[in-house]
Amino acid sequence: MPSLKDLKNRIESVKSTRKITKAMQMVAAAKLRRAQEAAEDARPYTERFNAVMAGLAASVGGSDSAPKLLGGTGSDQVHLLVVLTAERGLCGGFNSNIVRLARTHAAKLKAAGKTVKILTVGKKGRDALKRDSADLMVGHVDLSEVKRLSYADAQGIAQNVLSRFDAGEFDVATIFYSKFVNVVSQVPTAQQVIPADFPAEDGAQDSVSTVYDYEPGEEEILADLLPRGVATQIFSALLENGASEQGARMSAMDNATRNAGDMIDKLTIQFNRSRQAVITNELIEIISGAEAL
Amino acid sequence: MAETMQFDLVSPERRLASLQVREVLVPGADGDMTAMPDHAPVITTLRPGVLRVNGPDGTAEYVVSGGFAEITGSGISVLAEQAIPLTEMTRAHLDEMIESARAKHEAAKETFKNEPGPVDDAAKLLADMVALGDHINV
Repeated sequence: MPSLKDLKNRIESVKSTRKITKAMQMVAAAKLRRAQEAAEDARPYTERFNAVMAGLAASVGGSDSAPKLLGGTGSDQVHLLVVLTAERGLCGGFNSNIVRLARTHAAKLKAAGKTVKILTVGKKGRDALKRDSADLMVGHVDLSEVKRLSYADAQGIAQNVLSRFDAGEFDVATIFYSKFVNVVSQVPTAQQVIPADFPAEDGAQDSVSTVYDYEPGEEEILADLLPRGVATQIFSALLENGASEQGARMSAMDNATRNAGDMIDKLTIQFNRSRQAVITNELIEIISGAEAL
Repeated sequence: MAETMQFDLVSPERRLASLQVREVLVPGADGDMTAMPDHAPVITTLRPGVLRVNGPDGTAEYVVSGGFAEITGSGISVLAEQAIPLTEMTRAHLDEMIESARAKHEAAKETFKNEPGPVDDAAKLLADMVALGDHINV
C-alpha cells in the first residue's frame, strides 16, 4: 500500500504528463491542418501530371524504344525499397506500420530469390530497419533539418534514386509511405515508381482520345518528364506522409491524454480512500483509548 | 469562336492561377508560342522564361523555370516546376535559380565526360536562365 505522500506525488506527475500530451495533441492538430493544406495544394499538379503521363505512356509505352524508366530494364532481379518515415516518434503505430509493410515486402522478395536494397528517408525508419536488415541498406536521406517540405527536397531524393538507377544498381523501385485517409486512419502503401506505372484515371480517358501534337517530340518529352514523374510521386508521398504523421500523432496523443485522465481519476479515488482509512484508524485508536480508561 | 479559355498554372507546391483568359504566351522549348481559344491540342515542354497571360482583367506575367504545358481547344494548363509572379521576382530568386542551373551544368560535365547530349542540355538551361535574367531586368 503506497503512502499518502507517494500517491500525491504520482497524481502530480501524471497530471504534468497529461499537460504535455495535451499540448502535443494541439500542436499536431495545428500542423495537421497545414500538412493537409499542402497536400491539397499539390493535388492539381499531380493529377494533371499523371493524366498527361498516362496518355503519353499509352502512346509510346508499347514500342521497344520506350525509355528504361517506363519500360523497365528487362529484368526484375534487384529491387530498391524506398522507405519514407517520420523523423520523430510518439505518433502511434505510424512508423512501425510503414516499416512492417516494407519488411514483409522485402521478405517476400527475398523468398522469391530477388536481391533487395533499402533506401531510408526519415530517422525512424532507418533506426527500425537497422536492427534486422542493416546489410541491405544502401543509403539514407536526412530530412530532419527540413522545416517545411518543398519540392526541392523530393527532387533531391529522386536524384538520389535516379542516379542509382542510371548506375544500374537496381531494376525496380518501390516507395513505402502512409496514405492519409483521415485522422484516425492512415494506410501504409507500397507504390512502384520505376518502371513508372501510371494509373489510368478518369481524367486520362479524354487525354487518350485527344490527339496531341508534341513539341519537341513524344520521346523527348517523355525522357524529360519521366524523371520529373519520379520526383512528383515522391513529393506527393512525402506530403501524404506528413499529413499521416500528424494525424497519427494527434490521435495517439489524444489517447494518451485520455489515459492520463483515467489514471488520475483512479489514483485520486485510491488517495481519498487511503486518507479516509487513516482518519478512521485514528478515530478507532482514540475511541478505544477512551474506552480503556 | 469562344472568347476566352480556362487557364491553370500549377506548381508542385501550389496552384498559382486558375482563370479565364484570352491568350497565353508560353515559353516553349522550341520557341515562344501564343495559345488562344480553340488552339490545336499540343503538349510542349518549357524552357526558363516569362509566361504572359492576357485576360479580361489585364495581363499577368509569371517567371517559370521549366515544366510543360498542355494546350487543348478549351483551355491550357501549365505545370511549372517553379513559378513566381513577375512582380514578386527578386534578384535573389534569380541568383538562386542560376546557381542551381550552374550546379547542374557542372554535375553534368562531371558525369557525362564524353557525351555531349546531357552537357549541352544543361548548358542550354544555364544560358536560358541567364537570358531570362537579362530579359526581366530585376
